[in-house]
Parts: sequence; structure tokens; C-alpha cells
Amino acid sequence: MLHLLLRHFTLLLGSTLLIGFIGVAWIGPTQMKYEPEKVSRNTYERPSKDYPFGTDKFGRDIQTRVVHATQLDLRIAFTVALISFAVGSVIGAIVGYYGDWLDAIVMRGVDVLFAFPSFLLAMVITGVLGDSERNVITAVTIAYIPYFVRLTRGQMLTVRTLPYADAAISIGNPSWRVALIHLLPNTLAPSLVQMSMVAGWAILDTAGLAFLGLGITSPTAEWGVMISEGAQRITTGEWWMWLYPGAALVLAAFAFNLIGDGLRNLLQQ
Amino acid sequence: MTTTPDTGATDQSPSLWLSFWAILRSNPLFRYLLRRLGLAVLALVGVIGVAFFLTSVLPGNPAVVRAGPLANEERIERYEREMGLDRPLVVQFADYVVHLAQGDLGESWSSRQPAQDELRARIPATVELGIVAFGLTLAISLPLGILAAVYQGTIIDWVIRLFATFGASVALFWLALIGIHLFYYEWDIAPPPLDRLTIGTEEPPSVTGLFTIDSLLAGDIKTCRDALNHLWLPAMTLALVVSAPMTKMIRSAMLETLDKDFIRTARAVGLPPRTIILVDALRSAFIPVLTTSGIVFGYLVAGNVIVERVFSWAGVGQYVWQALDANNLNAVRGFILLIAVVYIVLNLVIDLLYSLLDPRIRLN
Repeated sequence: MLHLLLRHFTLLLGSTLLIGFIGVAWIGPTQMKYEPEKVSRNTYERPSKDYPFGTDKFGRDIQTRVVHATQLDLRIAFTVALISFAVGSVIGAIVGYYGDWLDAIVMRGVDVLFAFPSFLLAMVITGVLGDSERNVITAVTIAYIPYFVRLTRGQMLTVRTLPYADAAISIGNPSWRVALIHLLPNTLAPSLVQMSMVAGWAILDTAGLAFLGLGITSPTAEWGVMISEGAQRITTGEWWMWLYPGAALVLAAFAFNLIGDGLRNLLQQ
Repeated sequence: MTTTPDTGATDQSPSLWLSFWAILRSNPLFRYLLRRLGLAVLALVGVIGVAFFLTSVLPGNPAVVRAGPLANEERIERYEREMGLDRPLVVQFADYVVHLAQGDLGESWSSRQPAQDELRARIPATVELGIVAFGLTLAISLPLGILAAVYQGTIIDWVIRLFATFGASVALFWLALIGIHLFYYEWDIAPPPLDRLTIGTEEPPSVTGLFTIDSLLAGDIKTCRDALNHLWLPAMTLALVVSAPMTKMIRSAMLETLDKDFIRTARAVGLPPRTIILVDALRSAFIPVLTTSGIVFGYLVAGNVIVERVFSWAGVGQYVWQALDANNLNAVRGFILLIAVVYIVLNLVIDLLYSLLDPRIRLN
């Protein structure tokens, strides 16, 4: 009984957190007293009534910036998860269904991509493409497409031997239709779990890249950028500059991971 | 007189080799080895291609960066010629591969030193940090993973899994900042986050390149203590984050093993539970954990880049970050190759170990 409650607790806690974040991203920016990039004379202010999370070296309100960043970071996480899922599972389905030389070529390519830790792959690609929101999305997406290709291909190999696949072929469906319309939907359950995980990784990677000065750059309000600005003041003790954006980042990633864990347990029942 | 034709060793050896080959070919383990090796070589070739062409389209002209902001057109052109950037990309690639085959990664454009020398000088710092972090990771995740599996479904399991999920969500650089703020700024237990030794301390004579070991070899306890003093906080930060996925892997491997018949038999025979869990089950759970150590390596390397940045640690990760920033292509390529080669070789070794330990893998 306890186990059952705890199992759903994970999914519940994750969804609640995520809904909270979406709410903040949606209506938060309109509720703020300040502008995210508005410079003021009150630099390095400790958290106070006027500035609940303090101010940074340009006197910008950190709370405002954290709230505005929520929208940007969530948008990047969702976009990366959706595109890498869509592209990866279609490639995986086609490759898994037709097999043969196509499978051999694509899977060798996937092997090459898997030879790099995904954060480093995203780091090099962002370095190549240059700093912009679209480029960081592209880079992180490319780093995670192989996960979905491998996953869907593996599922496809089992699903295509099921009797209903033969039935779909024998009534004269073209093979792309069998692969993508009949079989692909049946392989998607594990990809859902993966999608949630990828969203969590994507948000951490994006912020990590921004922290290194890649992708999203200053003065944009983004969690990694803000933490990076705070890191410059680490030896002088202005802790509020990096603590709040970091807490938001970690909580958001935590929400995605909890949902992923919860979904996995749900699907395994 | 014998009519048998003279069969000298030279005539015999091809057929002998062929039959030897045939015997080898019929051995499933050897066939598996060969296939796996072939795949690794293919991946390596792909990596070289990706490393070269991906970095070649980096925006910005390295010659311009090197010539400096005040350089005139003529000087930039001269640098381009010198660096070989005026040739077609395919020719540059062929040139790169030829040099690579001789162990030459090309010139690091920022310092005009061979990139392989610079990388080699940076490797020990990264390895030292990585090894200590990995040791700490095991020290954290082994007990936690085992506890969670043994008490599956209880509150202990739940708390440990929550820790693992939370650990997977913690941004490494944020955790590092918290560590520095608390241990350096607030409590003054740790040294400032500036490289591997206190400024002014002389590096121990290089044997392994690992400061802790080298200083001990030189009998210099003070330097060793200083090196350890600088090492523990970055290593602990890295270990906390990496132990999250590791704990999950150990837990699920242990759960699977504890469910096996031989464990039930051991229980029925009346072996003490501690022996069953720590000897029989753990030994068997080691195999699936081993296969995932490639993933753990990935976490460690990626984490190193960030930790080295935060702690100004003069390792490979900091080197590539600076190289990316300065358009230093040969250095970036060298780093990519280094990581990919270690990754591919590691996965190869793991697969081979796995197939030696578990015959079912190589037979199908």
C-alpha cells in the first residue's frame, strides 16, 4: 500500500512542480515590478523587501530575471524533447522496419554519435554553430536524437514480428504506411519516458553551456547565464546571484526526472 | 628414393595458416571479437571524420584570431597560407589524417606548440581528479544501491531513490558553487578554487603527473597534503552528481540478482544473509554494473569540463574550453579524438569482458 502510494507520489510531485513552473513562465513576467535587463544603481544588493532575490552587478533584479528565464528555459527543454523524439523515432522506426544495409549504415552513424558524451557533443556543435537560442536547441537536439533512434529501432524489431503487422501487410498497405502508421505508435511508450528524461537533461545542458559562455549569452535572462555571472563573485560571497537561478534550474530538472521515473513505473506495472 | 614431393616450410605455411584461420573462424568467441573490433574501428574512422569536418565549419577565421585585431589583410593571408587554411577542405583532411597516423595532432594555434604535447601535459590533472571522484562515487553508490535493493519497497529504498533522482537533476556547477561558498567563503576549510596547488608551491618532480603520488614519491608530505587539500572539494562535487545514476544502476542490478534461484538456494541452505548479499549477490550484480561503466565515464568526463572551469583546474576540460573560445581547431580536434578513443576502447573492453564472463552474449 505504501509502495503504491509512493510510486504515484513521484509522478504527482513531478507534475505539480512542472505545472507550477509553467504557471510561473506564463503569468510570472507580467507580475514583476522590474524589467529583466533594466540596469539600476543598486548593484550587489542583498535580498530585501525591494529586491526579494537581491540584485546583480548591473543592479538588475534577480527575481525578475529568474522568472523571465523560466519561459526561455522551459521553451528550450520542450522543443529539444519534442524534436529529438519526433526525428529520432521516425528514423528508428524506418531503420528497424527495413533493416538490412540501411540499418547498418544508420546504426554505425549512431555509434559514432554515442562515442561522445552528449554534453560534450552539444558543446562542440554549439561552438561550431555560434551563440543563439536556435543553435543551442539544434546542438542539444542532435546530441539526443541517437537515444530515440536506438530505442525505437529496438522496439520496432519486436513489434514488426507481431501477427497484426503481417495482417497490415497482407491487405496491401504500402510498407511505409505499415511502418509509420501501424507499427510506430506501438513502440512509443518507452519513448515517452525518454522524452521526459531528455527534457530534464536538455535544461541542464542548456544552462551548462550558458555557464561556459556558449549558446545563450549575457545579458539574456537565462538560469545558466545568471549562475555564470554569480560564479564570478564566488570568492566575495554574493551568494544570492547564483543560488536562486540554480535552485530554479535544479527544481525544473527534478520535475522532469520525477515525471520520467513515475511514467516508467506506471508503464512497467 | 621417396616420391613424396618436397614440402618445405614455405609451401606448407599458407595452408597451415589457412587451417589455423578456419579453426579460429569457427570459434564463436573469436568471431565475436573480430566483429566487435571491426565495429570499433568503424566508429573510430567516423569519429575522426566528424571531429575534423565539424570543427572546420567553426565560425570565425583562426588566422584572423591569431593575427590579432590590428593585422592587415596581407598578414592574415600569410597566416592562412602558413596554417594551410587556403587549401581545399578535403586536402586539409588528407593532410590531417596523414599526420594523425604519425601521432601528430597538428600545431596548437594559440601557443604554436604541438597540440598533442599540450594535451598530454593536461591529462594527469584530469585523470587525478577523475580517479578520486570515481573512488568516492563507488564509496557513495555501492552501499546506497545495495541498501535500496535489499530493502526494496520500504521507506529506505524510497529515500535512496529520491536522492538518486534529485542527484540526477542537480546542476554540477551549481553544486560546486555551493561547495565553494560553504567550505571556502563561510567556513574557510577549503583553499580558494584556484588550480591544483597553492600559488607559490612548487610542483613535485613529475613521474606520474598526479601531484598526490608524485609528491609522496619525492617524500614531500607538505605538497601532498596541499594537493589533497585542493582535490577533495572538486572530487566530492563530481562524485555526488555521478553517484546518482550509479546508485540506480547498482540497485537495479542487485534487485535482479537477488531474485535469482541461486540466491534462494543460498538462503534455503541457511547461509548468513550478509554473506549472501555482500559476496554472492554482489559478485553476480557486478557484471551488469560493469557494462554501464561507459555511461559513468561519460558523466565523469562531461562533468570534468565543468568542474575544471569552476575550480580553475588546469586539466583537459579547461584546455578544450579555452581552445573552443580561441578557435584553436587542432586542440579541439585532439580533445574530441582523445575522449572518443577512450570511450570506444572502454566500451570494447567492457563488451569483451562481458562476453568472457557470460557466454550467452557471444553465442547469439
